[in-house]
Amino acid sequence: MRLTPDAWIFWQYGFFKLNATIVFTWALMTVLVLGAALITRRLSTGHQRSRWQNLLEIVVTAIVGQIKDVGLQQPLRYLSFLGTLFLFIAAAALATVIPGYEPPTASLSTTVALALCVLVAVPLFGIWGQGLVGYLKSYMQPTPIMLPFNLISEVSRTLALAVRLFGNMMSGAMIIAILLSITPFVFPILMTVLGLLTGMVQAYIFTILAAVYIAAATRTSKAANNPSSTSDT
Amino acid sequence: MDSLTWIAVTSIVMAGLTTGFGTMGPALAEGRAVATALSSLAQQPDASATITRTLFVGLAMIESTAIYCFVVSMILIFANPFWNAAVTAATQAAGK
Repeated sequence: MRLTPDAWIFWQYGFFKLNATIVFTWALMTVLVLGAALITRRLSTGHQRSRWQNLLEIVVTAIVGQIKDVGLQQPLRYLSFLGTLFLFIAAAALATVIPGYEPPTASLSTTVALALCVLVAVPLFGIWGQGLVGYLKSYMQPTPIMLPFNLISEVSRTLALAVRLFGNMMSGAMIIAILLSITPFVFPILMTVLGLLTGMVQAYIFTILAAVYIAAATRTSKAANNPSSTSDT
Repeated sequence: MDSLTWIAVTSIVMAGLTTGFGTMGPALAEGRAVATALSSLAQQPDASATITRTLFVGLAMIESTAIYCFVVSMILIFANPFWNAAVTAATQAAGK
């Protein structure tokens, strides 16, 4: 039994390995990019619009609304990064309905890469939002004694992001594989449905947490009605 | 029993104990969180969007501790480094 799709190797030449994680990531990227390019080729602003354009507009509007709810005042500035994260993780989870597919997010290398993107993006948006000195000062909040703990929280929340997504996606695939050997027919289907729900929730959580971290770095979330902006797990 | 058997027995028992005890705390915590969120929803139905979003984020954070324990058990069962080291040592000793 495979723990991750990393161990499923399609093609190998010397040092280069083409495992299932890379192949399925490329397939997802191709589908997402080509689909978006095909849909946005003929956009219309009138009342007559294609149903695919409606779908994309619903998705983009929902992501913008969620980013704004977290406390980021200019959602379009962060839409490209956070929307990409959400769409990739959600597509990776939704494509599990295809037989023979394994989600690339069930590999620790993919989730670590996504979490490292968040680790790099948070200081970049922070410096963009309030300048280099202002961002560096935010590490001294509320007192300079908190400096090492703020630095530790930067690393630990990246680790938590990566392991949370990996654990959830891997556990879904693993539980289905174990159940297939015990109760073959009906019960794995129910667990697949539950896995779809878990995957969507995890995509939402990953994006919202990244948005919360960015909001904490850019310090636009002064509104105190968002208690999740102070957490750092 | 030889060392290989001991490693197998310890890994299997500890994998079960890790998931068993590791999910107890998150289960209690998630129950408390959902109960509190439901009572706040009953009191303030207007704030349902904010409460639900915060609840989901909080639940994911609570659940991640259980997921860490699950990952440790899965590593103990399917990708145990001590087991692999012991097996390679045993095959080298046998092939000598």
